[in-house]
Amino acid sequence: MTLVTLSAIFLYSAFGLYSIATIMFGLSFKDKETNKKKSLTGTIAIWLTIIGLASQIGYFVTRWIVSGHAPISNMFEFMTFLGMSIVLAFIVIYFIYRLNVLGLFALPIALIIIAYASMFPREISPLVPSLQSPWLPIHVSTVSLSQGILGISFVAGLIYLIRQIDQSVRSKKTFWLETILFTLFVFVGFIVMTTTFKIMDYQAVFEVDVMELGQERTVMMEYNLPAIAGPADGTLLTEGKLDGIISTPSWMQGKDAPTKFNTLIWSIIAGSIFYILTRLILRKRIGAAIQPHLMKTKPDLLDEITYRAIAIGFPLFTLGGLIFAAIWAQIAWDRFWGWDPKEVWALVTWFFYAAILHLRLSRGWHGEKSAWLAVIGFAIIMFNLIVVNLVLAGLHSYA
Amino acid sequence: MNKIKCECGHVNPEGTVLCESCGKPIEENQHLDKNNKKKLLNMRYDGSARRSQTYNQSIIDKTWNFFSSVKVGVWLIVIALIASALGTIYPQEMYIPVNAVTRDPAIYYEAQFGLPGKIYYQLGFHNLYSSWWYMLLIALIGVSLVICSIDRVVPLHRALKLQKPKRHETFVNRQRYFSETKDASKEDINKFVNGLKKARYRIHTEDGHVLAEKGRFSRWGPYVNHIGLIIILLAAMLRMTSFMFLDEYVWVREGQQVVIPGTDNQYFIENKNFILETYDPENDERFRDALEKQNEMVPSNFQTDVIISKVTGEESGEPTLEPFIEDEIRMNHPLKFDGFTLYQQGYQLNEFSNMSFKLYRTDDEAETAIDTFTIDLTSPERTYELEDGIEIEVAQYFPDYVLDDGEPRSETNFPRNPAFVIRVNAPDLETSEVSFIGIGKNIDATGENQYKLGIVDFETHNVSGLTVRKDYTLPLFGIGAAIFMIGVIQGMYWQHRRVWIHPKNNDVLIAAHTNKNWFGIKRDIETALKDTDLKMVIDQQDEDEDEEI
Repeated sequence: MTLVTLSAIFLYSAFGLYSIATIMFGLSFKDKETNKKKSLTGTIAIWLTIIGLASQIGYFVTRWIVSGHAPISNMFEFMTFLGMSIVLAFIVIYFIYRLNVLGLFALPIALIIIAYASMFPREISPLVPSLQSPWLPIHVSTVSLSQGILGISFVAGLIYLIRQIDQSVRSKKTFWLETILFTLFVFVGFIVMTTTFKIMDYQAVFEVDVMELGQERTVMMEYNLPAIAGPADGTLLTEGKLDGIISTPSWMQGKDAPTKFNTLIWSIIAGSIFYILTRLILRKRIGAAIQPHLMKTKPDLLDEITYRAIAIGFPLFTLGGLIFAAIWAQIAWDRFWGWDPKEVWALVTWFFYAAILHLRLSRGWHGEKSAWLAVIGFAIIMFNLIVVNLVLAGLHSYA
Repeated sequence: MNKIKCECGHVNPEGTVLCESCGKPIEENQHLDKNNKKKLLNMRYDGSARRSQTYNQSIIDKTWNFFSSVKVGVWLIVIALIASALGTIYPQEMYIPVNAVTRDPAIYYEAQFGLPGKIYYQLGFHNLYSSWWYMLLIALIGVSLVICSIDRVVPLHRALKLQKPKRHETFVNRQRYFSETKDASKEDINKFVNGLKKARYRIHTEDGHVLAEKGRFSRWGPYVNHIGLIIILLAAMLRMTSFMFLDEYVWVREGQQVVIPGTDNQYFIENKNFILETYDPENDERFRDALEKQNEMVPSNFQTDVIISKVTGEESGEPTLEPFIEDEIRMNHPLKFDGFTLYQQGYQLNEFSNMSFKLYRTDDEAETAIDTFTIDLTSPERTYELEDGIEIEVAQYFPDYVLDDGEPRSETNFPRNPAFVIRVNAPDLETSEVSFIGIGKNIDATGENQYKLGIVDFETHNVSGLTVRKDYTLPLFGIGAAIFMIGVIQGMYWQHRRVWIHPKNNDVLIAAHTNKNWFGIKRDIETALKDTDLKMVIDQQDEDEDEEI
C-alpha cells in the first residue's frame, strides 16, 4: 500500500467516523437525560469525533510527507482542512460548554465541506514558485483555524435561530431561516450530482468559439454534467449527449464560466428536489420540524457560544488572514497589500466581524440579531472561499 | 463644572451615572444610560461620566459626540465594507490583464463588460481604493477610533481605579448576577472568599465588604488595539509620501551590469544568469497525475543569480565598482542590502542578443558568403565594413517589429523580434540597394537587388525583471499590527470579572459582573460556593426580559 492510498483511507475513515458521531450526537440528544450530567451516547460521540479528527490528521500528515509541502495548496486540500478546522473548533468549544446539540449541527457542516472538497481535483499538485514559502502553511492554517471557529459561531447562531424563531406563522424570519437550510441542501445537491455523473463517467465535449485577447479562437469545452446550460456559440461534438437547453449568458466571463454555471443549475435543481421531498415528508418547514427537539437547549448559552466563538476567532483571523497574509505578500510580491479580490474580501470579513463585536456593546443586539449576524459572517467567509476563488479570479484562484 | 458629591463622600465629575467610588446611582443622571429604577444597571464603563454624554453645546461638543458614538463607528465600518466589496465586481485598473486587447480603462471596461462596465468606469470604481471618498471614509474611521477611545478610556480608568469594595446596596442588587442569603455564617463567607482567591481573583476588603476582581487589564484591550490601528493608519499616510517609500523596476539582461534605479547611482547589479525551471512529469512521480491533467508547463522556480556592486570612487569619469554581494533572487526569496530589497518580478526569455548575417550575390545559387557580419542588437553600429569595399548601412532598426496598418514599427524597445532596413553600398553599384530583413522575412525593395542578405546565426539571452523597493514605513506597520494583536487578544481572551460580597446585618448579598463570558464567571462562583450554604447567584436578566414582554 502506498502512502497516497493510506492517506485517502485516513480521510475516508475520518468521514465515516464523523458521520457515525453525528448520529450518536443525535441519539444522545434524544435520550431522556437521566440524572447523570453526561450522557453515555454523548461521550461516545465526542470520542468518535476525536478519533475521526486523529484520522484526518493522519490523512494530512501522510499527504504532506508524499507531496513534500503542506497539503493546503488547492481547493480540495484547503476545503478539507477547513472541515478539519471546524471539527477541531467544535471539540474545543465542546469541552468548554459540553453541549451535544452543537455536534449534531457542526459535524454535518464539516461533512458537507469535506464532501464538497472531494468534488475538486484530488491529485497532489506541485507548488508554483509564488507558493513555495514557509508562509504557506503558517498563513493558510491560521486562516483556516479561525474560519473553523467562526464556523462554530455560525452553527451556534443557526441552532439559536431554529430554536427561537416563531414557527407558528410564516414570516420574513422563517423565510430566511429556510433559505439558509435550503443552501445546505444545494451543497448536498452539488455533491450528489457530481458524484453520480462521475461514476457514470459522463463526458460531453463542445466546440466553442471564444474571444480571447481580441482574437476569435476555437476551444474544446468538456462537460461532466449534462449540459442544461450549454456554452454560448457552442457545438456539441460528442454524440448522444444533451446539447444545452439554454445557453450561458454571454456576460459570464472566464474560460470555465459555462460549465460552472451549468453545475450551479444542477446543484440548485437537485437541492430543490431534496428540499421539497424533505418538506413533503415532514409536512412543515424544516426549521419548524427541528425546533421542538431544541427546546432543552438554553438560548442564552447558544448566544454565549456564538459570541465566544467570534471572540476567539476574530483575533486569529486578523493574525492569519491579514497580518500573516501581509507579511507573505511583502516577501513574495513586494507589496503587503494589493487590493486583490481575495484580500479585499478578507478585509470585508474582518470589517464585518469588527462590526458584530462593536454591536455587542449596544443593548438589543444580543440573542437573535447576533445569531443572524453570525450566520451572515460565515456566509461571507464561504463567499470568499467559493465565489471569489472560482469567479472573481485573482492571485488566489487555485481551482 | 457641577461636581456631584455622593453620600459616600466621593466627589464625582459632572455626568456621572454611578458613583465612581461606591456605585450608588446618581439620581439625576440615570437617563444618560437609560437606567430604569427597577431594572438592572447599565454597567458600561461602570457608569462613569463621559464627555459625549455630558456636554452638547458647542460645535466641538457636537462633533465630538457624533464621532464618539459606537453607532456612527459601526455605520462607518459597514459603509467601508460595502464600498470595498464593490471594488471587486470588476478588476481594478491595475489588474486589467496584461494581454488584454487594450489596457486603456476608458475602452476596456465597456468592451469587456458592456454597459455595467461603462458605468463602473464612469463612477471611478476602477480605482476605488485610491479614490478620495474611500480614503476619506478610512480617515473618518480613524477619527472615530480616536474620539471613541478617548471618550471612554479616561472615565473608565478613573472608575476602575477609584472603586471601593464597599458598594451601595442598590449597586449590588441591581447587578445581573445576584443572590441574597439570609443568616449567612462568617465561615461560609470566608470559604467563598478563599475559593475565589484560589480561582486567582484579587481580594479587596473594607469593613467586611469584599471585592474580588480578576482580569482588569483586559478592559484596556480595546484601547490598546485601537492604538495599533491608529499607528497602521498613520503608517499608511506616511507611505503616500515619496521619501518614505521607493518603488522602481529594472530589467537586466544576462551578462549585463546596470545601475540600480533609485539608489542615486550608488549600486550596480549584474545578472549572471536567469533560470526558469519547470516540473517534470517524467521524473517527478509525486505530481505526475496532476501535471499530465494540466497538460502545460508548470514552473517550479524563477531565479536570477546576481552580483551587487557598490560604487567606491571614480576613475576618469567612470565609477569604480566593488562587488559586495553575490546571491540568488528567487520568488519568495528577495535580496536585501542596505535598506533596499530586490524582488524577482518578471522575465523575458530568449531575447535576441546578436544576429549574424551573410551577404551573397542574388545570382549565386550556392549562396556563397562574400562576407559575414554580426549586429549587436542592444547597440547596433551605424555601418559595417565588409570585404571588397562593401559597406552595410543599418538604415532602420525595429527591435520588436510589428506591422501596424501597413506601417512597420517597434512594439517595445526590447529585441524580441528584430527587423532591419539595410542599405548595401558596393563599388559595383550605382545606387545603394535596400533590403528588409527579420526573422522569417527577407524582402527586396525593388526586386532587382544584386546583393542579398541571409541570417546565418543568432544568440539569445534571458532578461530578468526586478523590482527595487525601499520602504521605511514597514516597521511602523509591523509595530501597529503587533500592538493591535496584543490589544485584541488582551480584550478577547481575558475577561474582567468582579464579585461583590456585601454583608447586610446577618445577611449577605452577592453580586457579580463581567464584561463578557457570563458562563465563565458563573462557573467560578459555583466552584467557590461549593460546600457553603450561600445561595448561588441567579441571572436577573432573564427576569428582566420577562418583564418587558
